[in-house]
Amino acid sequence: MTSLRNLQMVALASLMVGTVPASALAQAKPPAQAPAPAQPPAQMTDKVIKIGVLNDQSGLYADLSGKGSVLAAKMAVEDFGGQVGGTPVEVIFADHQNKPDIGSNVARQWLDVDKVDVIVDVPTSSVALAVSEIAKTKNKVFLDSGAGSIDLTGKACTPNTVHWTYDTYALAHGTGSAVVANGGSSWFFLTADYAFGHALEKDVSDVVKASGGKVLGAVRHPLNTADFSSFLLQAQSSGAKVIGLANAGGDTINAIKAASEFGITEGGQKLAGLLVFISDVHALGLPSAKGLQLTSAFYWDTNDQTRAFSKRFSERNGGKVPTMVHAGVYSSVLHYLKAVQALKSDADGKAVVAQMKAMPTEDPLFGKGSIRADGRKIHPMYLYEVKAPSESKKPWDYYKLVRTIPAEQAFRPLAQSECPLVKK
Amino acid sequence: MTTVFGVPVQALLGQLLVGLINGSFYAMLSLGLAIIFGLLNVVNFAHGAFYTLGAFTAWFLLQFAGVNYWGALVLAPLAVGLAGALVERTLIKRLNSLDPIYGLLLTFGLALFIQGLLQNKYGSSGQPYEMPESLTGGYALGFMFLPRYRAWVVVFSLLVCGATWFVTERTRLGSYLRAATENPALVQAFGVNVPRLVTATYGLGVGLAALAGVLAAPVYRVSPQMGSDLIIVVFAVVVIGGMGSIMGSIVTGFALGIIEGLTKVFYPEASNTVIFVVMAIVLLIKPSGLFGRTA
Repeated sequence: MTSLRNLQMVALASLMVGTVPASALAQAKPPAQAPAPAQPPAQMTDKVIKIGVLNDQSGLYADLSGKGSVLAAKMAVEDFGGQVGGTPVEVIFADHQNKPDIGSNVARQWLDVDKVDVIVDVPTSSVALAVSEIAKTKNKVFLDSGAGSIDLTGKACTPNTVHWTYDTYALAHGTGSAVVANGGSSWFFLTADYAFGHALEKDVSDVVKASGGKVLGAVRHPLNTADFSSFLLQAQSSGAKVIGLANAGGDTINAIKAASEFGITEGGQKLAGLLVFISDVHALGLPSAKGLQLTSAFYWDTNDQTRAFSKRFSERNGGKVPTMVHAGVYSSVLHYLKAVQALKSDADGKAVVAQMKAMPTEDPLFGKGSIRADGRKIHPMYLYEVKAPSESKKPWDYYKLVRTIPAEQAFRPLAQSECPLVKK
Repeated sequence: MTTVFGVPVQALLGQLLVGLINGSFYAMLSLGLAIIFGLLNVVNFAHGAFYTLGAFTAWFLLQFAGVNYWGALVLAPLAVGLAGALVERTLIKRLNSLDPIYGLLLTFGLALFIQGLLQNKYGSSGQPYEMPESLTGGYALGFMFLPRYRAWVVVFSLLVCGATWFVTERTRLGSYLRAATENPALVQAFGVNVPRLVTATYGLGVGLAALAGVLAAPVYRVSPQMGSDLIIVVFAVVVIGGMGSIMGSIVTGFALGIIEGLTKVFYPEASNTVIFVVMAIVLLIKPSGLFGRTA
């Protein structure tokens, strides 16, 4: 056997790992939720309202969105009664692997061939921005819960997109300004090297500078980095008081874990997790995560309604409580179905979104809210602090509320928006 | 402060050390891969999955049997190694007479299967695994803070690599092994049970992967993806070192860890790709790899 032959095999093997989706099976469709009625109303485009949940089913964002988002969408459909005016509602899902090309392909296939009416969730801003553009071209509806880039309702806004749960502005003004107010005057960023990380770094830098602080530097790390020790050493030698983590999911977990190992916090520097989900805190464990401040749109243990929903959710999700992304998917699907019901049609995506904007939002998870002209869903945000192990009394009892950020302060004011839909 | 290309020397020293630590994992993983390839001619794509299994076994042992880190360091590689031997006996052996591409496909499928199972049950964020009390804390070296656990990783993996090299190159068992790779029929004729030797070797290689997994558990999270994140890099290490060369994989493992660490200082965006650039250059100059024997 020649070494050339071996090389061919290794090349083939690398190709396999790089390109074969471990989740090619994720396209499998679940059975329809309700039996098809004999006479669907003529206004619907076809005999079914199809909701496509497009997200990361296997990678670093799979726990914060993934299968939980599919479950959340299904629960919204069930709670709505499984049908709209006699037309059944079906939920399908696919894995975009955090790659814009794969996400775009699935979205096109769904909208063109599979007659999907609305795409929901889509974490990973680069994928979300691509899907938003496709939904506009095909005049369908895109309800984003998982992505953070503020451009979705900024310069890339469309009349077909609603951005539901959070965005980089809200995170920057929540966690960022709280950390600055506590004396964190100089910052160094560890930034995930893609649309979301860049947007978050910029928005937080703006907040830091506006409050008189300084940004000493940043290092851009590749998405899905296992080892953060090199980057943390650079952050450490910058001498900044605060190390801002402009990343998410598995990257944030790895960075926080390495920071505690390398004695970063004992050395007097503070870590600011700019986007931390409850699934991350769970994976880190309270000993590593305690004291971390974070901004969230949703916490399961807020009131009786959120607790009741979370109980139902976790029973079907392997005991795991919903993240804010899951909550956003539930809430956005529910509001979409209400709008379709009011319109008696799902045919014109633009009209459906206009209807969604015209009606006030209300659901058990986010309470009362509204959707602005630029497509931004408005609700209060919350600044939480992660409890120490001794303060946690029951499973998933992780957060204590530091401050509620009122809806009108949480998101970028319309007056500052770059969205063409609201151009004065 | 003195600087090299605009980077303070202190920071550079820190990065070199961190690179060495990552290199330890590369070396231990590529070692097992090289042994398996050298003897069985199997491109063991399940290697990353066995590494993941090692970490998960350590976690299981702690969760369900109360066995601590030190116990897991012995038990997990044994258990996973045995499982590996079983896989060789029942599955890989059947492909002996076929094109090696089938072995690759089989082990790749196996890897997807193991990863999928763990992912379905435990999700993607992973499980926390605390490091042993006696290895927490660290040393202030002046240019950096060296966590005691990472120092232990470097020392331990150097020992393991050294021992494996010694066994294969300097002992009678090792000479059987090497002879069996050259001419199995002849070695069999001398009364050596070659199939058993092959099974044991596969088990040994897999056990090394699991050992690296246990070592990694407290540093990274115990997560289903930990193996697939590493496996391509490890394959690159084996190719650069020369397929099947034990010394090659040890030296290249550590060297590439260091090169990667330095890239993170000078141009972090390229840190994921630098290893493949090195691989391309080495293959252009010396297709059999740095330590490879030409066929």
